[in-house]
Amino acid sequence: MAARLIARLDIKGPNLIKGVQMEGLRVMGDPCDFARRYYEAGVDELLYIDIVASLYGRSKLTEVVRATAQDVFVPMTVGGGIRSLDDVTELLRAGADKVAINTAAVARPDLITQVARRFGSQAMVLSVEAKQQAPGRWEVYTETGRERSGLDVVEWVQRGVALGAGEVLVTAIDREGTRKGYDLDLIAAVAAVVEVPVIASGGYGAAGHLAAALGAGADAVAVADALHYGRASLASLRAEMGAR
Amino acid sequence: MKVVVIDYGMGNLFSVRRALEVSGATDIEVSADPARLALADRVILPGVGAFADGMAGLNAGGFVPALQGYVASGRPLLGICLGMQMLMDQSDEFGATPGLGLIPGAVRAMAPVGAAGGRRKLPSIGWAGLQPGGANGWQGSVLEGVAPGTPVYFLHSFHAEPAQAQHLLAQYDYAGAAVTAAVRRGNVTGTQFHPEKSGPVGLGILRAFLAG
Repeated sequence: MAARLIARLDIKGPNLIKGVQMEGLRVMGDPCDFARRYYEAGVDELLYIDIVASLYGRSKLTEVVRATAQDVFVPMTVGGGIRSLDDVTELLRAGADKVAINTAAVARPDLITQVARRFGSQAMVLSVEAKQQAPGRWEVYTETGRERSGLDVVEWVQRGVALGAGEVLVTAIDREGTRKGYDLDLIAAVAAVVEVPVIASGGYGAAGHLAAALGAGADAVAVADALHYGRASLASLRAEMGAR
Repeated sequence: MKVVVIDYGMGNLFSVRRALEVSGATDIEVSADPARLALADRVILPGVGAFADGMAGLNAGGFVPALQGYVASGRPLLGICLGMQMLMDQSDEFGATPGLGLIPGAVRAMAPVGAAGGRRKLPSIGWAGLQPGGANGWQGSVLEGVAPGTPVYFLHSFHAEPAQAQHLLAQYDYAGAAVTAAVRRGNVTGTQFHPEKSGPVGLGILRAFLAG
């Protein structure tokens, strides 16, 4: 199975936005336009995260997904503010293939099992926002990096997979938007303890960072602002990873 | 030409419908009514989720006899992902559950090791190159225009094991072990991969299904 190159689009309401370490948001435009461009350039998957939904309730996420699915025929993973099986049903029916759940999974781990039972574990992505506390130790944050959970990342991902998560999306909060490269220790720590695919997110900045993340154990890499700002093309990123 | 997409509560119906539109279908009906199969020129059985839930949905909707009658009439049926798995006799997922029995064989959990003990992560998620299932290749099937090795998108933990080699249409390699990618028996075709999520290649496969 070839490593996957994922375009991550963080949205707020109807807009694609980009923040630095989840603070200081900047509006980039209509996410569907970006998604369509990435699809046409051969991206492997799209990842939509509504970064305010878990704070303020569901917003326009479903509409954005449905609009994107009009013209985009690669898989979409969608997260942000998902709290119930009904939320999951709505997003999958709108064109999503997988859902990424963070805050609600921490609050009610049983939701992981419910989603996996109903839609299959392949549709249940455990989204983990990790903040480093000490060398080799990361804490799970919720509410888009705003709230501490007290959970240890390595323990939580094992529990989440045991409960039914079929994939783990690990976002290194400290690296988001910094262009310093992925947190390789974090990727390695997570990949060592789960038997499901791991998506690394947060920190892409320069050639070599993708290969390093894959080398650390990631099965897929997410790239956000480097694509949105045009600092990297999908072709150049693909070349860095090797052929699909 | 009328295409009916079966709605039994388990599918990513919007994506399938939209992909069919883009692939040239003009008369698409997403239906929970098995009587509509009588009017169909093509039927698609999509599906995501657990096998037992899927079969329960088909049974509750009255689709099992309708699908058997449709297939007996010789018109083409395409099952996608779970829809493909349900074409088989049965699944071992969460206990043995009977399937539609349109293609002999069973659905089984994929082994977590490939060749030479190599670990393979499950679910199997991502793009993998299609290879013919047998010496006869895939001429005359929905894959006819696809070059061997072309990647398509997979998202699954279980796969079909056809009892007869001639029904294995395509496979892919995962850590040195073969995984079923597509099955075919006469007018019944199933793809484990998602043509509606496999980019232009997948849309081409749907076009071939509409044309074939």
